[in-house]
Amino acid sequence: MPVEIDIEHVARLARLALTDEEKERLHAQLGVIMEHAAKVGEVAAEEVPPTAYAIPRSNVLRPDEPEPGLSHEAALAGAPEDEGGRFKVPRIVEME
Amino acid sequence: MTEYETVIGLECHVELSTRTKMFCGCVNEFGAPPNTNVCPVCLGHPGTLPVPNETAIEYIVKIGLALGCGIAPRSLFHRKNYFYPDMPKNFQISQYDLPVCVAGHIDIEVDGETRRIGITRVHMEEDTGKTTHAGATGRIAQADYALLDYNRAGVPLVEIVSEPDIRSPEEAAAYLREIRATVEALGVSDVRMEEGSLRCDANISLRPTGSDELGVKVEIKNLNSIRSLERALTYEEERQAAALAAGEPLVQETRHWDEDQGSTLTLRSKEEAFDYRYFPEPDLPPLEPDRGWVESIRASLPELPAALRARFDKDYRLKPAQALILAGSREWADFFVETVKLGAAPAAAANWMTQDVAGNLNKAKLELRDAPITPQHLADIVRLVEDDTISLTGAKQVLEEVLASGADVEKVVEDKGLRQVSDTTALAALIDEVIAENPDPVDQVRKGKDGAIGFLVGQVIKKSGGSANPKVAQELLRERLSGS
Ligand SMILES: [Zn+2]
Repeated sequence: MPVEIDIEHVARLARLALTDEEKERLHAQLGVIMEHAAKVGEVAAEEVPPTAYAIPRSNVLRPDEPEPGLSHEAALAGAPEDEGGRFKVPRIVEME
Repeated sequence: MTEYETVIGLECHVELSTRTKMFCGCVNEFGAPPNTNVCPVCLGHPGTLPVPNETAIEYIVKIGLALGCGIAPRSLFHRKNYFYPDMPKNFQISQYDLPVCVAGHIDIEVDGETRRIGITRVHMEEDTGKTTHAGATGRIAQADYALLDYNRAGVPLVEIVSEPDIRSPEEAAAYLREIRATVEALGVSDVRMEEGSLRCDANISLRPTGSDELGVKVEIKNLNSIRSLERALTYEEERQAAALAAGEPLVQETRHWDEDQGSTLTLRSKEEAFDYRYFPEPDLPPLEPDRGWVESIRASLPELPAALRARFDKDYRLKPAQALILAGSREWADFFVETVKLGAAPAAAANWMTQDVAGNLNKAKLELRDAPITPQHLADIVRLVEDDTISLTGAKQVLEEVLASGADVEKVVEDKGLRQVSDTTALAALIDEVIAENPDPVDQVRKGKDGAIGFLVGQVIKKSGGSANPKVAQELLRERLSGS
C-alpha cells in the first residue's frame, strides 16, 4: 500500500536543506518504512489497542533525591560558543 | 449597536518545589549561577534516559484533587517537538491527550459573589531553560543573539488550563489569586510570580452577548504579575471591542504584553509552522496511579482557601473583603489565628492586619514572612489599645517600629513615651492649668455649649505631650466644670 509523503514538509520540520537527489532518495526510503508500518496496522487485530510501548510496564519512578550532575565546565564543553557561563545561540524572535 | 461579552480562559504554569528536577537528579533551585544544575539528561545528551520524579507526581495529584479534578487511571507523557534553543533536545516532555488530572473547578469570589470556573485539565511537563535576548538595545525584537541557562530546563512544571468561563479582567485576577492561594496551601510550590514559579498566559475573545460561539481569540504572553494580567486583559478587551465596532477583522494570534508601554504587540516567531508532532515519549512508561494511594492523598489535603474563608466567616464574623485577604494565604491565615489565640479580638486583629500591617508591608515591599513582626507583637498592640494604655495614633507608631526592628511592644511604648496618662491625680494638675488658662471656652462649656469641651481636651493632651488619655481627660474636665 503506497503512502503519501510530502518530503518538502518533512524536510522543513526537521530543518534539513535537501538537494533534489536527496529528496528523491529519502522519499523512496521513507516510503518503504511507512509501508512497513502500515502493514503492521493491517495485521493488528481489532481488540488489540494501539500502544507506543514494547513492554507492559507502568509507574517507573525515582525518589526525589539529588544526584551529582555535570560540572559547569563539562556542561559547556560541547558548546560552539558561550558567554557569561551561558550557551550562546543565534537570535530567535522577530517582532512586527 | 451590538453588545459584546468577554470570554477569557487562563493557562497557569506552576513550578513545583521538589528537591530535584522532573526527569533527572539535578537540584531544583532558583537563582543558582548559570548552567550549574545540569546533567546529560536535562541537557539532552544522546543516549540518556529520563525517569519521572515520584514527588512531582504526588504534587500534581494533590493539585488535581484540590481543584476537584478526576485523576486519570492511565496517563501518558508525549514529546512536543519544536526548534527553539530553550530545550536543548528540541522537544519538551509534556502531556497531550491523556493528562494526569481532568475536569475540575475552582470557586472564586468577585464583589462578594461566588463564581465557579471550570478547570479543563491539569497536566505534568518539564520547564524550559531561561533565554536572555542580548544585544545593543536590550529589546527582544532587536536582539543580536541569545544566551541560554539550562538550570531551569527539566524543572517539574504543572499546567492548569481553565475553561473559557471567565468574563472580565477582574474575574481573571480573582481566579489567578485563588489558584495561587490554593497551590500555596498545598505546599507544592513557592508560587512567586516575580521569580517565575507561577506564570500565566491568557486567551481572550469577544462575542455578541448571548451568543454561544467563541469569537476570534488572542493569546497574551509575558504576564508577570496579577496586575499585568488585569491590565493586559483590559487593554485587549478594549482593542478588540474597538476593532469589532469599526468592522475590522481580528486575527487569531499570540500577543506580547509590554508592561512599560501598557499595550500588547504581535509576537511572531521566525518558525512560522507550528506543528508540534506530539507522539508518545517511548522512554517513559504510562502512569497508572493506584486508587488507594490517590485516596490517601485526598484524605491528607490541607484546608483550602475557600474552606478557610467560610470558617473565618463563621468563627470570627469577618468582613468578606478581610476574609478574602486573610484566608488568601496560609501565612496570613496562620498569623491571624495565632494573634486571636493570644487574646486579640478577631475584628481588631483583622483590621490591623488588612489595613496597617498590609499597608506598611506594601510600602516597604516586604512579605509578611520577611518582616520581624510576630503574632505576639500584634496581640500586645491590640491589648494595649483595648485597655487604653496607648492611643490609636500611638499604636500605629508602635506597629511601624515593630515592623522595622521586631522590638518588644512594651519596650517601644516606654522608649517612645507613648503610655497614656489615665491616672486621675497626674491629670488633675494639668486640667487645673487648662481651666485657668482658657476662661472663655470654660465659660461656654459651663453655659452648656458642649462643642468647646473638645478644645479643652485637646489642650490637656497638648500639655501632656500627647500622653494623656483623651477619654479620662474629658471625664475629669466634665466633672470639674459641672461641679462648681
Ligand atoms: Zn539534569
